[in-house]
Amino acid sequence: MLAIDLKNLTKRYGAVTAVNDLSLQVEPGEIVAFLGPNGAGKTTTIDMMLGLARPSEGSVAIYGKPPAEAIAAGEIAAVMQTGGLLKDFTVEETVRFTASLYLNARPAAEVLERAGIAGIASRRVAKCSGGEQQRLRFAMALISDPRLLILDEPTTGMDVEGRRDFWSAIREDASRGRTIMFATHYLDEADSYADRIVLIRQGSIVADGTTAEIKNLASGRRVRVTLENPDVDALRAIGGVTNVEQRGDSVIVNCSDSDVVARYFLTSTSARDIEVSSQNLEAAFVALTADSATPMLSGARA
Amino acid sequence: MTATTVTPASSLRGPTPLGGFNATALVLEIKRVLRNRRTLFFIIVFPSVFFFMFRSSAGRNAGPKADFIAAYVMISMAVYGAMVGTTSGGATVAIERSLGWSRQLRLTPLRPSAYVGMKVLTSMTLGLLAVCSTFTIGAISGVHMAPHTWLFTGLLAWASSLVFAAFGLLVGFLFPAENVMQFVGPLMAVMAMFGGIFVPLNQLPQGLQDFGRFTPMYGVGIVARAPLVGGATPWAVGSIVVWTILFAFGAMMMFKRDTARV
Repeated sequence: MLAIDLKNLTKRYGAVTAVNDLSLQVEPGEIVAFLGPNGAGKTTTIDMMLGLARPSEGSVAIYGKPPAEAIAAGEIAAVMQTGGLLKDFTVEETVRFTASLYLNARPAAEVLERAGIAGIASRRVAKCSGGEQQRLRFAMALISDPRLLILDEPTTGMDVEGRRDFWSAIREDASRGRTIMFATHYLDEADSYADRIVLIRQGSIVADGTTAEIKNLASGRRVRVTLENPDVDALRAIGGVTNVEQRGDSVIVNCSDSDVVARYFLTSTSARDIEVSSQNLEAAFVALTADSATPMLSGARA
Repeated sequence: MTATTVTPASSLRGPTPLGGFNATALVLEIKRVLRNRRTLFFIIVFPSVFFFMFRSSAGRNAGPKADFIAAYVMISMAVYGAMVGTTSGGATVAIERSLGWSRQLRLTPLRPSAYVGMKVLTSMTLGLLAVCSTFTIGAISGVHMAPHTWLFTGLLAWASSLVFAAFGLLVGFLFPAENVMQFVGPLMAVMAMFGGIFVPLNQLPQGLQDFGRFTPMYGVGIVARAPLVGGATPWAVGSIVVWTILFAFGAMMMFKRDTARV
């Protein structure tokens, strides 16, 4: 049975289409990063998975159940971005309150320990730092021992240390075989913690593959030479060239096979000062998710 | 792998009985609400202080009349405290909505109806606390009433505050704001005036008296004092019933709007 099965999911708010015909299948045990810029439709998709929003079209199944049933059975839990905590509860009371709502809750002490906040159990929520509050949300999500854990941009606004502590708690937990899906706009988080990356732009999936595959998509090279009057059309005709740019005497070529481009410059032109560099992942991410980019679906799952 | 595996037997999973309504949550909730000093002040401190002020100015002389006034004021203050208690209990919904706690709870098996049920019980506990504390202060400072009058006025003051539990819920579902009680407080003071809480209603101008008959506190004040002074008219009882139904219905409508998926 699939952990997540989204079929042709569409969500419209008036004239705005937040999620557009999105289909996604996640196997149990996968750790999936849901990566995209702000406003790409990540949170809307997650809201539909959690039953907080109703799809305009399409369907959601979590371990074969509609979201509301999955929630009632404690199959799915979520760590939301902000809010969702009462200031005048202590950390432990928040967990005990939440635990009392489930048929089979893990003991409060256990989830506090696993979230790494056992030491601040008696602290008022109002006095907790952003990172501590986020780990409290994580502890709350662990109470039902859910089979699927969803994290919506869980480290937004955290400092470096907070992010590291949070992810080490998540990583520890993931090693136990839980299915995890997290939305993020931090590429390094997706790279470090996911074994599959789903890239979303304007409500549609633009790339979906293993972390390695996505990195390959982004592994283009950049060839820079000094050359007057280059034959731009000839350059564009070379296989794998994605972009040709002129800056004064410089010509910059983005391509997947830098050897072919370099050979062309050396054998057919008077180009000098050849430089070959890797395109960075961040730039590739921007390229893939930019409004004008054409969808690039990796072979693995498209 | 440790003993606590991630994939428990599916037989352990399922909806919680009573939609998640349970004593642990209720006790935690009541404890939490009582941490709010502002709420405690209006439920416990204010009614007692007001009672003492009245007693020292109007009831200095001993005698049946002074005794009667003391009891009258004590009951009125108990009603007022219960009203503030139940209203603020219901109005915590507003705070919880503004903080995203309600949304968080929607990610748990807690049924919305169980949530409202716990809110009503929390409110009524606050109301009971107000009545008990005011009556205790009254008893200590020498209010005389027949034992059954103590019992009935106390029970009626408490039970009729249900109308304000419903009112608080309506406010809570109408306004998702953390400081909602700052706006509702003055409104309650006005309602209390029409309930004859601060001065007997028959001392107000006739026009205000006529208007007061249609306000939510009118019936509550009369009914709660009835075991002492009599005069529980059908209108007063009807007023409580009608306002409770109106507020509860309004709260239900707002609640449905709030929990509807968009």
